[in-house]
Amino acid sequence: MTQASVKDIYETMEYGPALESDSAAREWLKSRKETVEHYIDGKFVKGTKTFDSNNPANGEFLAKAPLGTSADVDKAVAAAKKALGPWQKLSCYERSKYLYALARLIQKNGRLLAVLETLDNGKPIRESRDIDVPLAARHFYHHAGWAKLRDAEFPNHEPCGVVGQVIPWNFPLLMLAWKIAPALAAGNTVVLKPAEFTPLTATLFAELCDKAGLPKGVVNIIHGDGSTGAALVEHKDISKVAFTGSTEVGRIIRKATAGSGKSLTLELGGKSPSIVFEDADLDSAVEGVVDGIWLNQGEVCCAASRLLIQEGVADRMITKLKARMNKLRIGNPMDKTIDIGAIVDKSQIQNISRMVKIGVDEGAELVQPDFAKNMPASGGCFYPPTMLLNVQPSSTVAEQEIFGPVLSVMTFRTQDEAIEIANNTRYGLSASIWSDNINMALEMAPRVKSGVVWINGTNMFDAAVGFGGYRESGYGREGGKEGMYAYLKPKYQKTLKPHSEPKKKEALKSGGTVEAIDRTPKLYIGGKQARPDGNYSLDIHSAKGEFVGQVGEGNRKDIRNAVEAARKAEGWSTSAHHLRAQILYYIAENLEVRKNEFAERLSQMSGDSKSVSMKEVEAALSRLFTYGAWCDKYDGQVHTPPSRTVAVAMKEAIGNVGIICPDDAPLLGFVSLVAPAIAMGNRVVVLPSDTAPLAVTDLYQVFDTSDLPGGVVNIVTGKRAELAKTLAEHNDIDALWCFAPEAEMSKQVEQMSISNLKQTWCNYGMAYDWTKPYAEGEEFLLRATQVKNIWIPYGE
Amino acid sequence: MSSPHETAEKSNLHALTPVEKAGTSLQTQHELNPGIEFHPEALDNIRVNMSAVGRRTATLGGRRTVKKQWQAAWLLKAIACMDLTTLSGDDTPGRVKRLCAKARNPLRHDIVEALGIQDLHLTTGAVCVYHEMVPTAVEALKGTNIPVAAVSTGFPAGLSPFKQRVEEIKQSVKAGAKEIDIVITRHHVLRQNWQALYDEVRAFKDACGQDVHLKAILATGELATLRNVAKASMVSMMAGADFIKTSTGKEKVNATLDFTLVMIRMIREYQDFTGYKVGYKPAGGISTAKDAMAYQVLIKEELGNEWLQPHLFRFGASSLLADIERQLEHYITGQYSAYNRHPIA
Repeated sequence: MTQASVKDIYETMEYGPALESDSAAREWLKSRKETVEHYIDGKFVKGTKTFDSNNPANGEFLAKAPLGTSADVDKAVAAAKKALGPWQKLSCYERSKYLYALARLIQKNGRLLAVLETLDNGKPIRESRDIDVPLAARHFYHHAGWAKLRDAEFPNHEPCGVVGQVIPWNFPLLMLAWKIAPALAAGNTVVLKPAEFTPLTATLFAELCDKAGLPKGVVNIIHGDGSTGAALVEHKDISKVAFTGSTEVGRIIRKATAGSGKSLTLELGGKSPSIVFEDADLDSAVEGVVDGIWLNQGEVCCAASRLLIQEGVADRMITKLKARMNKLRIGNPMDKTIDIGAIVDKSQIQNISRMVKIGVDEGAELVQPDFAKNMPASGGCFYPPTMLLNVQPSSTVAEQEIFGPVLSVMTFRTQDEAIEIANNTRYGLSASIWSDNINMALEMAPRVKSGVVWINGTNMFDAAVGFGGYRESGYGREGGKEGMYAYLKPKYQKTLKPHSEPKKKEALKSGGTVEAIDRTPKLYIGGKQARPDGNYSLDIHSAKGEFVGQVGEGNRKDIRNAVEAARKAEGWSTSAHHLRAQILYYIAENLEVRKNEFAERLSQMSGDSKSVSMKEVEAALSRLFTYGAWCDKYDGQVHTPPSRTVAVAMKEAIGNVGIICPDDAPLLGFVSLVAPAIAMGNRVVVLPSDTAPLAVTDLYQVFDTSDLPGGVVNIVTGKRAELAKTLAEHNDIDALWCFAPEAEMSKQVEQMSISNLKQTWCNYGMAYDWTKPYAEGEEFLLRATQVKNIWIPYGE
Repeated sequence: MSSPHETAEKSNLHALTPVEKAGTSLQTQHELNPGIEFHPEALDNIRVNMSAVGRRTATLGGRRTVKKQWQAAWLLKAIACMDLTTLSGDDTPGRVKRLCAKARNPLRHDIVEALGIQDLHLTTGAVCVYHEMVPTAVEALKGTNIPVAAVSTGFPAGLSPFKQRVEEIKQSVKAGAKEIDIVITRHHVLRQNWQALYDEVRAFKDACGQDVHLKAILATGELATLRNVAKASMVSMMAGADFIKTSTGKEKVNATLDFTLVMIRMIREYQDFTGYKVGYKPAGGISTAKDAMAYQVLIKEELGNEWLQPHLFRFGASSLLADIERQLEHYITGQYSAYNRHPIA
């Protein structure tokens, strides 16, 4: 083709090659002797064992990289720990200047970074040049700002400490930026492990850290594989773990860090839908699908891998897509006219092929462009853009992440059905909605369960707009203010002390006599008092060991029923904020009428004086007012990313929240946790205090008289440790808060949360003083919500 | 869209006959668009999402490029697709003659030779002038296959008496114009009076007769929304426009890639609907080789190679040629060129 004459081309009007030069990158590799090294304490350090990093587009060797051992990890963490003090002593302004310098350096070395990224990963140079590198620079600029504003914007917060970060191979530099920029801005120091397939740009970034004069040890980079990553996340001196990658590895990390108290954010897989309504600009929707599933060969966590088309336009849309696929250009990713480059590794090609075969075996129709028959050979890893038609929600390819250029196409009839199919997944990372009817689009956006919604667009990103998932797509956000919280912790936490060993309450006599008319409380499920499934009761004794009364002993099935009741009460999450506020105030109103009775009950169980107990009741009333107040004030934000777009950051309820109450302050502890949860629209399943559950069971009547809809608050009394297990394993609990005195329970809860990756918030056995100011307010609201960013480009 | 009104001509629509004539190369004769009956329902489904359109055009430049001999060839094609234009109040026969001479020999002979394209007998696609200059241009282009295009119908505002506008077309055709660039009445669009727009363009088409191309200038910069641009495109094609053209060059905003994307998607839609191929002409403000290639890329991606040929694609341009000449000389010599090294139009 390079022999083609001007005259020939004049007739054919074909594209020619337009290769980006790799000479600067080759020189850089040569300068490093084709060897990348760890970056520890400001020095490049050789490893003992090494592995090769190859160019997936042609199989050529690029560089050797060291396989980090646990000894390497120890050194890196030690360096980061040593650097922590001086780094935190710097002013916000000083830290900000370093981030600004890194942003500038990324920009100034943009082309070299882009070329290295393309050589290493196989993505088209167009993408590394126009997407990865500019977004990475933007992330540092944005966070240079957060570094400066940290103390002003996050009072009462401090950095987590040494942060361990593990990133994937699909956006090596960009994910590095997403991880390192907020960590440094918040005042942490970092040990980051790049993916095994893609060690190059992280190494160049380490050089840039040197150039920026970043103090030694603030950023450390350790290369290696899964074992290196495991050593990092399990390291005892790591205070926070941030991971982007597969849901499978996310689960392993959750389990490994359970009970350690390490804060954890996970950005995992997805099966994100594009929903195309019949009133969409179909040609634009086609381009959206192209960018959604064929960007980066589909190796994108938020790849729009499911296409849902409204039946009336399905044929037209598919016809257009077929034609468009043939216009895609696959080949050498260093060519500036290539849309689809190389898949990162042969193993990934095998995964993709296997999944496509399953799809076809299960009845899907395979559509690939004509050029799929003559794919580039040359030892590279190429897979053609692929569309699977007639996919049903029950198909494997509609359910499982493929992480390749494969689109599963389905149809729907109505907006309700579109939502049903869109949400019929374990994941919830992103969604695109294509409709030129703003009424339709704005109705759909809040109904999709995902952390990001793009209206009439795809894969729009900005450092100011948080990114992250719902459900098994992970938790935590990257970017924006919400992303900064992931690298900060409230200062009060270090003042907490472990629970003292609870005084053993010896029952003076087994059983006891029931005073007056027996009123053994049942469980509270779906707004009704329900007899426990097992029909057993537990005796409750006072601090002195006197029999106080009985409660129902709930079991697994009661938890199941309670969670089902909570799911049925979903309407609460979209109810008017004003209504929720009214109900919280009403609960306070009705509790206030009975405060003497509650105080007496508390005294009876705790042995505290009536005045002490009365203070707890008063504090609970005040707290109800706090969250009644917050209901209609904890609003989202409107971001203005640098394009003609608004991004609405909505604070949404998480869903079904399990709450394991503390023993101390049995009423106030309960209210402190339940009130913010329901104020933000969650439905709760609560395990009350083990020692004094009657403080809570007496609330049933208060709820009943306060118009609280059935199922919003469900209470299961019984043996807390056993019930907690069922709750932690339940796949329809979206978040679980554990404030039981036993540290072991926090650990168990976190370990058992992995099945559906529910968000956890645990005290790790630390005693909260529920009367302190920290026991209410923003932290509770943050934990009770998740941010959904809805991108709304505008203009006619 | 529902089925269109079937026309008798439709059956032999796709026959393309290459015709070799002196002074042209690979000029393909294709059937003019006879238009169809007005189908207002075809407008109901037209949706244009401005932001998404903008993203497509903004990123395409990064996704496609042509370098080296590919760039040279594409720029030659741009010359072949150029309506070399002068539309000034101070045009004189002398000025028009000079323009026509340039249209016949758009490149310096040594450049033609260096590129090895003597056989192409490259000329511009047409020369575009006011009615008053049509006879001069026809005379100056005698012996070539270069058509003369006349702007017409009260160009540029299009607000002179209707009968007068129709008569203007007839006079230009009579004077030898082979292509008529009409302007539409913008207020029909702004008031969503699509029937009136259809009737107007249809009357202009009838005035052009069988053999003269009608290019409908939509004056997109004055149509307020991309949706209006799309609908005006569709209505003009239904009424028989052989080309749809963005601008007169006199609006505040002239040709843009966004207008182009919207219009050529309508061309594709119209072809799907009727089988007829309609040409596209961006005009106004396209003055660099780089601009020209950006349009070519967009056309190639959205409509395909057939639309890169002069029978379906024209640039309305006056200063573009000079920049292309400089780029071609650079391609040949590796040295940057200067305007004074190339004969002016």
